[in-house]
Parts: sequence; structure tokens; C-alpha cells
Amino acid sequence: MSTDLKTASAKPLEKVIEHIENRYIKNIKSFFEEVTLLTRLILRFFKTAVKPPFEFAELIKQAYLIGYKSFPLVAITGFIMGLVLTIQSRPTLADFGAESWLPAMVAVSIIREIGPVITALIFAGKVGSGIGAELASMKVTEQIDAMEVSGMNPFKYLVVTRIAAATFMLPILVIAADAISLYGAYIGVNLKGDVSFHLFFLQVFGKLTFSDVFPAFIKTIFFGFAVGSIGCYKGYNASKGTEGVGEAANAAVVFASLAVFVLDMIAVQLTSLFDS
Amino acid sequence: METTIVEIEHLNKSFGNNHVLRDINLKIEKGENLVVFGKSGSGKSVLIKCLVDLIEPDEGKVVLFGKTMSDLNDDELNALRKKVGFLFQSAALYDSMTVRENLEFPLRDLKTKAKEEIEALVFEVLKSVGLEDAIDKMPSELSGGMRKRVGLARTLILKPELILYDEPTTGLDPITSKEISKLILDVQSKYHTASIIITHDVECARITSNRMIIIKDGICYAEGTFKELSESKDEWVRSFFK
Repeated sequence: MSTDLKTASAKPLEKVIEHIENRYIKNIKSFFEEVTLLTRLILRFFKTAVKPPFEFAELIKQAYLIGYKSFPLVAITGFIMGLVLTIQSRPTLADFGAESWLPAMVAVSIIREIGPVITALIFAGKVGSGIGAELASMKVTEQIDAMEVSGMNPFKYLVVTRIAAATFMLPILVIAADAISLYGAYIGVNLKGDVSFHLFFLQVFGKLTFSDVFPAFIKTIFFGFAVGSIGCYKGYNASKGTEGVGEAANAAVVFASLAVFVLDMIAVQLTSLFDS
Repeated sequence: METTIVEIEHLNKSFGNNHVLRDINLKIEKGENLVVFGKSGSGKSVLIKCLVDLIEPDEGKVVLFGKTMSDLNDDELNALRKKVGFLFQSAALYDSMTVRENLEFPLRDLKTKAKEEIEALVFEVLKSVGLEDAIDKMPSELSGGMRKRVGLARTLILKPELILYDEPTTGLDPITSKEISKLILDVQSKYHTASIIITHDVECARITSNRMIIIKDGICYAEGTFKELSESKDEWVRSFFK
């Protein structure tokens, strides 16, 4: 009788353990597996990137596709970002009688944080998903296998060039977006005021320091690298046919955007350490 | 003179609990066309993918042109792969490139070849498959049969000594299937290649095979010529040819 009772009470416990294992342990395990595979891809990138022959033609083509083709979207977003930030900030600053600080405040916000992060998120959406979908489509239609069996190195041709192009192009796009955003801010300031172009930028550059510009620039290199790596990782390891292509594109955007926020958090902590 | 170009010994491959290949032993001689027959999912494609190391075998040895695949480093493996052509089931043409670029792509590493030489080579292989007019077309503009032909032209451009065909006639109408099967024979006689042809198309097997093996449940179940197997006493083997 007592044995039966013990068995009966053990069964629900087993079920709870099984439930926890299925629901949480497997997810945690799969997360760490993904991180390990991504780390392996990054290490392989560095190992392959420095070994000749180099794929310069493909790198330039990818830089054009990733950078130049993303410019209109980044430019429009940057302009609206500067304009809206200025319009939204004006009333608060006016309440404190600090309206004259508007150009400087907007400039610091754009250069230090909003410009790099918003541009990186737009970049993750456009470029990350594009790389993920393109490579996944090549993977499921056996185009990558075809390159491999013809004695080529598809990793070098497809992955290294895309990661490198994303790493080089995002900082350039962020500089362009910041400049256009500041122009948007200038327009925003002049909607309810009369500040000359010269005076506006005098105030902007008078307030900006090396510690505003340099860390912001450096972190965009890491953002670009993360977007490229995650897009390539998701695409290059896609499976499950057409469904896998959609999944890869979707996962590339989600994880790349998340990576941008995580890297930004780390960058802010490091910058504040050096600032203090 | 060594005539065996492929030697597979005790090859095993599983995916989880699914034992796809069990103790496969196989030899292919120079200039021979071997047809691998079997039901869908019997491991035929896995077998040829193990041959070029697209899939790593769990156990066993694959020797290609006298070299053991598992002993090779990346550079040696890539050099060896240039001697092997692979025609994928879907042809696997690079869809962002024209037919010309598809054919030129495998030659990128051969810096010694002049532009004119590459151009001539592209025309030569396209002529072999009867598609000179399609040179500037995109893969999306080609029919299924044309895609297979361009895929074959791309494998021929490196003048391989061994060609692996993965379901070359799948998805094609009977007339085009017959044309592709005859093309495989033409390629064999023109380029003196050995071939492994994965198929479940009886007509393709009849036209192309010098020798056949039938895979069942991951093992090499039967071996012989087309005639021998089609007249086999084994009911299951004979059922393939009905």
C-alpha cells in the first residue's frame, strides 16, 4: 500500500521534471548551442579572412549592395529622426528656459546614441534579413553545396565578404545618417525660430567632444559586424526548405536587433567607465 | 596502371536513429557508368554526398583517385573535388548569375587561363549540351531540362574524371529525360569520365548503366548489369523494372 502511494506521488513529480526539461532546459541548451555555433562561425571568419586569395571583387560588390543600396532608407530615417527629436524636445527645454541649448542637446543625442542605434536597427532589418534570406535560399537550393563540390570556398566567397562589407559599411552609413539627421534638426529648430546654418552648427560642434564621437563610431563597427555575422550564421545554417528561408530571414532580424541593443549596453557601460 | 578511381569501404551513416547507410562497399573503375537504384529515402543521395565529403560518414573509408578523403586537409580536398563533377537534382545553378557566369565561376581559381581561353571553354561545354544560345540567359529563364543541361555543362568545365549525377531525370518529361540520359552517355564517350548515376528512372538506368547496384534499407542489396537485375529471381528487385 505504502509503495503504491510512493509511486503515485512520484509520477506527478516526474511529470513536472519532464515538463521543466522540455520547456526550459531544452531552450537553454539550444541557446548555448546557437551561441557556440555562432562563435565558431566568427572564429572561422577571422581564420579565413586573412588567408589569400582575397575576394576583393565580391567584397566591393557586397559593399555596394549593403552600403550604397541602404543609403536612401538610412537618409530618410536620419532626416526624420533629427526633425522629430528637435520638435519633441523644444517644449521641455522651453519650460526650463533652455531653448538655446536645443542644437547642442539634439546633436549629443544623435551622435552618441540615437544615430548609431536607429541606423543599426534599420540596417539589421534591411541587410540582416537580406543576407539571411539570400544565403538560406542558396543553402536549401544546394547552391552552396555546388560551390563546395567545385572546389571553391563558399565560406570565403559568401560569408567573409558579407560580414566584412557590413562591418565597413555601417559606420559610413551612420556618419551619413548623423549628418542628415543634424540637417533635419536644423530644419526643426527653424520651424519655430530663426537660427542661421552657421550658428546652428557652431553650437553643435562647440558642444561635441572627442568622447562623444569616437566611442559612438567604434561601436558602429561592432554593430555592423554583429548584423553581418548573425545574418550569415542564420542563412548559412538554414534547413527545412522554403520554410527555412523565411525562418532564417526572420531570426536574422530578431537576433541582430537584439545584439545591437546588447552591444550598445556594453558600449555605454565601457564609455561611462572611461568617462569617469 | 591503376583503374579503380573510387573505393568505398564499410561506409556507415546515420541521422539520429535512422541508419541510412550500413556497411557499403563499392568500387568504380575508370570510364564506368554505375547506376545506383533504390526507393526514395534509401540513402542513394547520401552515398554520393559522402563521396565528396558534403556529408561526413560516421564510419568507413572513401578513397578517391587513390587518396583517402578523411586524411585530406581543406586545400587538398578542394583540389581533389575539382576532379569530380556533381550534377545536383535541382541543377543548383547560381540564380544571381547568368549562364555564362555560372560556367565561369568554377574557373575563378585558375588564374593561368586567359580570358579568351575561358570564353572558348564556356562555348565548348555549352555546345556539348546543345545550349550555346542560352549563354546570356538567367537561370530563371530556363526550363527544367535546360537547367539540367547547364548544370551538366558547369560540371564539365573543369574536365572532371568522375561525374556524380543526383537524379538527373527527376521532374522531366519522358522525352527530355531520354535526351538527358543520352547526353550522359555522350559525355562519357567524349570526355572519358566515370559516372555514378543516382536514379529511380528505369529508362535512364537502361540507357546509361554499365553496372547497377540496388540499395535497400541502407545496404547494397543487389548488384549486376541492367539485364541481370531486371531478370533477377528476387521479386523485390524485379519489381523496380516493371
